Amino acid sequence: MLRTFRRINDWIEERTGIGELIAPVMKHLVPKGSSWLYVFGSATLFAFILQVVTGVALSFLYVPSTSQAYQSLKFITENSALDHFLRSVHYFGASAMILMVGLHMVRTFLFASYKYPREASWMSGTVLLFLTIAMGFTGQILRWDQTAIWSVVVGAQQAGYFPVIGAALARFMLAGETLGGATLGQFFALHVFVFPILIGALLAPHLWMVVRNGISEPPRRGKPVKRATYKQEYEELLHREGVPFWPDAAWRDVAFAVAMIAVIVGLAIAVGPPELAAAPDPTHLVAAPKPDWYLLWYFGVLALIPHALTPYMIIGGPAVVFLAIFVLPLFAKEGERHPLRRPWAIGTLSVVVVFIASTWWLATWEPWSPRYDAPPLPTRVVGTNLTPAQQNGAVLFHDKGCEECHRIAGFGGFRGPDLTYVGNRLDPTELTWRIANGGYNMPAFGQILSAKQMNDLVDFLETRKPTLSHK
Amino acid sequence: MTEKPTNPTADGGAEGNGQGETPDRRRFLAALSFGLGGFAALLVGVPVLGAVLKSMWKTQPRVWRSVGAVDSFKVGTTVPVAFQNANPDAWAGKAGRTAAYLRRVSASQFTAFTVNCSHLGCPVRWEPKAEMFMCPCHGGVYYANGDVAAGPPPRPLARYPVRVTGNTVEIETTSLPIDGRVPGPS
Repeated sequence: MLRTFRRINDWIEERTGIGELIAPVMKHLVPKGSSWLYVFGSATLFAFILQVVTGVALSFLYVPSTSQAYQSLKFITENSALDHFLRSVHYFGASAMILMVGLHMVRTFLFASYKYPREASWMSGTVLLFLTIAMGFTGQILRWDQTAIWSVVVGAQQAGYFPVIGAALARFMLAGETLGGATLGQFFALHVFVFPILIGALLAPHLWMVVRNGISEPPRRGKPVKRATYKQEYEELLHREGVPFWPDAAWRDVAFAVAMIAVIVGLAIAVGPPELAAAPDPTHLVAAPKPDWYLLWYFGVLALIPHALTPYMIIGGPAVVFLAIFVLPLFAKEGERHPLRRPWAIGTLSVVVVFIASTWWLATWEPWSPRYDAPPLPTRVVGTNLTPAQQNGAVLFHDKGCEECHRIAGFGGFRGPDLTYVGNRLDPTELTWRIANGGYNMPAFGQILSAKQMNDLVDFLETRKPTLSHK
Repeated sequence: MTEKPTNPTADGGAEGNGQGETPDRRRFLAALSFGLGGFAALLVGVPVLGAVLKSMWKTQPRVWRSVGAVDSFKVGTTVPVAFQNANPDAWAGKAGRTAAYLRRVSASQFTAFTVNCSHLGCPVRWEPKAEMFMCPCHGGVYYANGDVAAGPPPRPLARYPVRVTGNTVEIETTSLPIDGRVPGPS
C-alpha cells in the first residue's frame, strides 16, 4: 500500500516537480524565537481560505437578483440548518479575517518589520487591508435588506464627495443614477469576483516576499537596520540559529489557525448569522443604516467631524490615512526596530487605539441620533402641581421634538444637554433666546413655536429644579 | 535556490550560443510581441471596461411621474410619496421605485424634497408635529423648507422638479442627489 503511494508520488514528482518547488519554501530557515506573535498573518490567510470555501458554497444558494436576493437569504437562513450554519460561518469568518489582518498589522508595525528589505511587503499589505475592508462592506451589501440598500446610498454619497470623479464613482456604485435592478449585480461582481481576484493577485507577491526576504527576526534593542549590512547579518543569523519553517515554526501557525476556526464554528453555532433587517424597499423610509462592527467606529467618526470640514474629511481623511500607512516604509526604512526605542510608533499606535475604541463606544449608542421613539414625559416626571400652561409645555417638549435630543429624568435623547434641572441653570430670557435661535447642533424654533407655545415651554422648563420635580 | 536571492541580470539571461536571431532582430521581435499583445488587450479591454463602467456616464431619461391628486394633499402638510424610476429594469422589484417628501406649500404650490440627507444619504424622517426632518444616522435636522437646522448636513435637502397637470401632482425623475448638488433643473 505504502509502496504504491510512493510510486504514484514519484511518478507525479518526476513529471511536475511540485515537491522540488515547495520543499525549499517549507524548509527555509527562519530565525529562532519567532513566537506566537507571528501567527496573525497566516491566520489571516487561513481565514481568507475559509471565506473562499464558504463563499463559493453560499453562491450555490444565493440569488443575486435585486428583487429576489432577500427571499433567497430568508430561505438560506430559515429553511436548512446547514445553510444557516454556512451563512453564519461566512459572517464570523469575515469578522475573524478583519480581526486577524488588524492584529497582523499591529504586530508588523510594533516590530517595524516594514523596514528594509520588507518595504514592499508592508505596501502590498496596505492594499490587502483596503481590499479586506472592501470585501466586508460589499459583503454586507449582499445581505440585501433595508440596511444594505441604504448603505449603498450612504456609500455612493460618500464616494460622491471625491473630487472630480465623485459623481461617476457614485453612479458606478449604484450602477445608475438611482438604486435599481443593476445595483445588486454590481456588488455581487465586486464581492465575488473582482476583489477576491485582486486579493489573490496581491497575496502571491505578499507571500513570495516572505520566502525571499525571510520573516523579520524579533527586534533587539540597539540593533538598528542598516541597508548596507542587514541582508548579510540576517544570513548569518539564520546560519547561526535558524530553524526550518516546517515544522519548527509552522506548527504554531497551524495550531492557532485551528483554534481560530474552532472559535468561528463555535460562534456560528451559538450565535448564528446576523439578523436580516426588513425587506429592501427604497420607499420605506424607516431605516437607519449602520455598518457591521468593524466599520462601526468610522460611522461614529462621521458624526463627530466638525461640520464645516465634513465635505473634505469624508474622502480626505481615509485617503490621507491610507496614503500615510502605504508610504510609511519609504520614510522609515532603516533604524531601530525595537518598540521601546521608537516612542513615536508607540505614541501613534496608542492614539489610534484610543481613537478607535472611543468612537466605537460612542457609535454603539449614537448619542447624536434623534430618539424618535422617546415616549411623552410621564406624570411622575412632569409633576402634578403645574399650571395648565406648564402642563402644555411638557406636552410640547415631546411633540416639538425637544425630547428626541434632550433628556429629562432619564427620558429622551443625548444630543443636547440634559434638561432635568435646567431651571437651575437658565432664566426664562436665556431659555427663550436659546430655543428661538438654536445653536451649532440645535434647530432654531423661533419660526416653529407660536409665542404662547414658547412661553408654555419655557414655563415648563423653569419648573425643572431639584426641589420641585424630585426628592 | 530560493534561500539565496540573487540579482537577476537585466535582460533576463538566455543569450544562447549566438546561433539564433541577431540582437537588432531580437529587439524588434520583443517590440513586435509587446505591440501585438497591447493591441489585442485594447481590442478586448476597451469594450469590456466600457460595458462594466458605462453606468458612470450613462444618463437616464427624465420622466414626469404622477404621485397623486392635488386634492389629496392638504396645504401646509408634508407627506412621503413614491414613484417609479425613469427606466427600471424588469427585475428591479421594489428597488425600481424612489420616495420623496411632498409639501403642499399653498393651494397651487408644491415642493418635492429628496428623502436623502445631504450629509450621507440616509433617509430622513418627517416629524409632523415638530415640523422638521430628522436624520437617524448622524443627527442631521432640516426645517420644513428643507434648510439645514442642525447637525452635519452641508446643504439643504435637494429637491425634485414638481408640477401640477390638471388635477395631478407630478414629480420629474432625476438622479439621487449623490454628488450633493440639487438634481435636475430647478
